Amino acid sequence: MVTREGCAIVTGGSRGIGAATARALAADGWPVAIVYRADADAAQATCDAIAAAGGRAWPIQADVSDATAADAIFEAAEAELGPALVLVNNAGVRADGLAPQLSDDDWATVIDTNLTAAFRLTRRALKPMLRARFGRIVNVASIVGLQANPGQSNYAAAKAGLVGMTKTVAAEVARRNITVNAVAPGFIATDMTEGLLEAMAERIPVRRAGTPEEVAACIRFLVSDEASYVTGATLVVDGGLTA
Amino acid sequence: MSTAVTAEQVEARVLAALVTFGADADVVSRDATWEQLEVDSLDLVELAQVVEDEYNVEITSQDMQHLLTVGHVVDMVVERAA
Repeated sequence: MVTREGCAIVTGGSRGIGAATARALAADGWPVAIVYRADADAAQATCDAIAAAGGRAWPIQADVSDATAADAIFEAAEAELGPALVLVNNAGVRADGLAPQLSDDDWATVIDTNLTAAFRLTRRALKPMLRARFGRIVNVASIVGLQANPGQSNYAAAKAGLVGMTKTVAAEVARRNITVNAVAPGFIATDMTEGLLEAMAERIPVRRAGTPEEVAACIRFLVSDEASYVTGATLVVDGGLTA
Repeated sequence: MSTAVTAEQVEARVLAALVTFGADADVVSRDATWEQLEVDSLDLVELAQVVEDEYNVEITSQDMQHLLTVGHVVDMVVERAA
């Protein structure tokens, strides 16, 4: 259980991997700020579930792709829950298409939300973490950042970018007891992968999609004190798909 | 910010911050270089944050390249806070 005075911020926290991560971190004792863009009901439901389980959570509406969002998110979280010592960059969007037909807008939208926003939030998060001499940042990448997936060149670029950013920022701040890691989920049953899973299942060695909870468990570990010597790593959570 | 930011105050705050970063209190002085203090680039980033939070003075990474001693930082903060 957490004994530190501070909170965790989870972006894309209203549903899927983000909601499962928020619940897992709350179960470990972290007060959790759940950042959501549009689905206020889902964010509130996640907060309510955490409260019912004896935890503490606070919803924050923000579009992480907005350049001013990082300061607003951290100020809101810190006012309500204390200094942010954990950041999970989970918010992500897809705008698929084969490269010859991928528009500038579809490229920019995915890079802005999935990569640039994660950098801005990371940069902002490091301020309180450097002061506290403690921090945990986990970036939710994807196996698509590690292995080809036709139709997702924008998504792949963003997720591969997250993996690279994770490594370098980890090296920059390691001596301050701040770890920066990534998880790379494979096919996980969420709203974002709905309709894709049946075709994929037979290619996955464990023969099924993963659950958001199975990814959240890995994030929970990377946030824990037990993971203090793990930094700059990308933990693949894909049922053996890329093995 | 024209009131009451004196060089003495800033120097005392900067020196105190450097000691919390691990610099030897006996070596810390206005003329000390980062090498002498064994202050690294991440320490300087943190020092810039302290200065920004407490004096509302921004020190960029470009500025940092020209700030080679404690005194250089103190002078810049006093100048920009004036």
